[in-house]
Amino acid sequence: MMNWRNDGVAKVTGKAKYADDIKLFDMLHCVPVYSNQIHAEIVEINTDSAQKSSGVVKVITAKDIPGVKKFGQIRKDYALLADDKIRYEGDVIALIVADTLENALQAVAKVSAKYKKLPSVLTTEEASKDKILIHDVYDSNLINHHKVRKGDIVKGFAECDIILEDFYETNFVEHGYLEPESAVCQVRDDGVIEVYGSMQHPFSSRRFTAALLGKKLSEIEVITIPMGGGFGGKDDTAAIVCARTALAAWLCNKPVKMTYTREWSIKESYKRHPYKMNYKIGLKKGKIHALEANIVADGGAYTSVSPWVTWRSTVQCGGPYIIPHVYTDVKAFYTNNVYTGAFRGFGSPQVNFAIEQIVEVLAEKIGLDPITFRKNNMLRQDSITVSQQKLDNHIVSLDQVLDKVIKESNYSDKLTKCSYGKSDDSKLYGIGLAMSYRGCSLGAEGKDFTSAIINVQFDGSILLEVSIHENGQGSETAMINILAKELGLPFSKIRYRRSSTSSIPDGGTTVASRGTLMGGGALMDAIAKLKLIINKVIAPKLSCKPNEIIYQNNLLISPSEKSVTWEEAMSIMYQNCTYPYAFGSFEAPPVTWDEECGAGKAYFTYVYSAQVAEIEIDMKTKKLKVLDIYAVHDIGKAINKGLLSGQIYGGVVQGLGMALKENLIIEDGHIVTDNFHKYRIYRANELPRIHDFVIENPDPNTPSGAKGIGEPALEIISPAIANAIYRATGRRMKKLPMLMEDICKQ
Amino acid sequence: MQAIINRKEIKIKKCDLDKQLLTFIREDLNLTGTKNGCNIGVCGACTVLINNEPQRSCKLKVSDIIDKELLTIEGMSENNDLHPLQKSFLDHDAVQCGFCTPGMVLTAHALLLKNNNPTEAEVRDAIKINLCRCTGYQQIVDSIISAKRFYK
Repeated sequence: MMNWRNDGVAKVTGKAKYADDIKLFDMLHCVPVYSNQIHAEIVEINTDSAQKSSGVVKVITAKDIPGVKKFGQIRKDYALLADDKIRYEGDVIALIVADTLENALQAVAKVSAKYKKLPSVLTTEEASKDKILIHDVYDSNLINHHKVRKGDIVKGFAECDIILEDFYETNFVEHGYLEPESAVCQVRDDGVIEVYGSMQHPFSSRRFTAALLGKKLSEIEVITIPMGGGFGGKDDTAAIVCARTALAAWLCNKPVKMTYTREWSIKESYKRHPYKMNYKIGLKKGKIHALEANIVADGGAYTSVSPWVTWRSTVQCGGPYIIPHVYTDVKAFYTNNVYTGAFRGFGSPQVNFAIEQIVEVLAEKIGLDPITFRKNNMLRQDSITVSQQKLDNHIVSLDQVLDKVIKESNYSDKLTKCSYGKSDDSKLYGIGLAMSYRGCSLGAEGKDFTSAIINVQFDGSILLEVSIHENGQGSETAMINILAKELGLPFSKIRYRRSSTSSIPDGGTTVASRGTLMGGGALMDAIAKLKLIINKVIAPKLSCKPNEIIYQNNLLISPSEKSVTWEEAMSIMYQNCTYPYAFGSFEAPPVTWDEECGAGKAYFTYVYSAQVAEIEIDMKTKKLKVLDIYAVHDIGKAINKGLLSGQIYGGVVQGLGMALKENLIIEDGHIVTDNFHKYRIYRANELPRIHDFVIENPDPNTPSGAKGIGEPALEIISPAIANAIYRATGRRMKKLPMLMEDICKQ
Repeated sequence: MQAIINRKEIKIKKCDLDKQLLTFIREDLNLTGTKNGCNIGVCGACTVLINNEPQRSCKLKVSDIIDKELLTIEGMSENNDLHPLQKSFLDHDAVQCGFCTPGMVLTAHALLLKNNNPTEAEVRDAIKINLCRCTGYQQIVDSIISAKRFYK
């Protein structure tokens, strides 16, 4: 029985309690106050009138902060309550805490403030001049600059027989998690501040909260509860909402809830980085020989994780191809736009949108079909990547995923039926393909290690916890699946603990498609240790050696087929005064990175993917219909096929939204598309069926053999669609989203 | 004044008539399975059934349910037994974050009560009023089609 998840019943019955569903006795309500400014000095904030407003318990401003005023995951530049300056429209100048939500909202307009307007910086071009600095403490708006320097770029281009230069552009994208940010906090009788939040990283939320309150990590307990979607988007902003709510609870000494409206969420929460990408690429006798890329990302008002997001773009800047000479710069700049950070894909969907179109343009230039061109150039076993990593420690399966997607989609036949702008009626048909290699987990971005605890009770029931977070993807279920299989037990014996930051050591963020891979790694370690403990006690009873015991069908079995049931075994453990308890950890295999030349073993393994999209454009009705999608991914090993497919479908559809629909409009620094009626995400009736296929080459670098899927599923659909649009219309779309008005523009 | 809420007759106070139905359900009745995703009637997370029609409770007032039958997600399962449609959602891995799930289940239930043999296109058309950001809808569609046999 694989179609099962531990939180399934709670979620289909409405019993699952998300942050806003929690009510605590004597709970107050908190709301943020915004400035309606884009870039301004704060001269004065007057809260007197708001303080006197009906039901208001406290109005909190930056001067009430007991801890640090600015925090961040990399640069500590984010003012959790704006103090000296407004840097984007999402900055919060005050928090109102009142007895009811209505009273808190009533008081918002009563906060008055004086500002000295500053000229705003709304483009990276303007930001790069450093005429106006967003953060005075830094002498430049440049957040980071990553480089790739490989070979000799001048010599490389000199040797090329064809050189192509092209410009591609992507936009801000909103995560669109269905549940807006929310947190409920209380000060416990032991002085610990409890945090229940809609966030995807309890440990990061704890760091933000501890910093704002000036407390130690042990004094904050962030507790896991169901979360209504994250997709990378419930890290910084969600952690900040938790921290502010905890501040309110601490200052008022009462439980406090803060739940965002959709409008606040869209205004304040970070988005996907818009990229501007200048590519120059040269061929020598049909092989990609030189690549120069100048990539600029809009980081918005705060750093967040821009340095990490843009770093991934270096390794993937050339797509999954062998390129001897590479010269790439990736920069992120501060602007007064909404800040940008983690979003499923993390710096890869942007570069894939460019490079996976560029290879097809090049193929056409030399009269090759796109598959032959890709096969002539793609990474294979033991190939060297653009960042000088030899792919020799796992199976490089680009050929497998590519062949599979071609076969399943009948790509080659359909390629001959494409319209290229010509058809007998108004309908144009096109098919498009894209592929990628994607580094797994954090890579050289940061420290990468995770923990797991198996605590078997003497009645045989098991408490399991792993320090990755259930974001909705089913990570808890996947961990239960692994443990059940390894111990030969039914799922029903395993209860995933509602873990907290106080119950298990920090396992890092549940990002970078690392949940199953890293969590599974730690769990496999814990399982091995648990079995050592159990086997030592049970082996004499089964008259065998400890390492000979097999766990199967609720039994511990010796080679001579003597056995005890799992329950009997745990009873024996009790009689022996031995705890069947194990702590496991997993540290990602070593990675290296040289910042100066952008070289090293960037990731310890890679996922390989290929997707095909078929589209039909009706030039009369100006409608684009996605007909079919084929997705093939080598994910190492499938732990739970149903959840895996869910990740593929969801990732593809989010990617489709980015490709064709989702247009976050910002006018003079203000986000116009402030709710789902203006920011439109895909609905069920607008989508085709997605055909997903999994290739399993168990990864030797991960204990469970699994790699990841959350992000690979999203990162190549926009170029596949763009390539299909080209085959339908004869027009190259180089800007996201690809809207019909632009596709039809002559 | 009264309404039938999850098969029970509930007296409605006059002072509650102008309340937003969603707030009434969540805050007064403590039925928190009904979610607030956008509060403008676009996302469908607050979907409830009124006389078996899917409605967005954020756009309605308590007065809209007087003498009517209101079904929230808490009313879908009786005696803690999952409704076959709920079971089907689980059997098809149609649940991820779960935030859209209550509204999605109710919309599907209303469809199947009316049409116990819908095509895939009809299912997709019916649930277009409910946004989901996690699943790409495919497993949800499959679970609804598979559950139709229980409505015959």
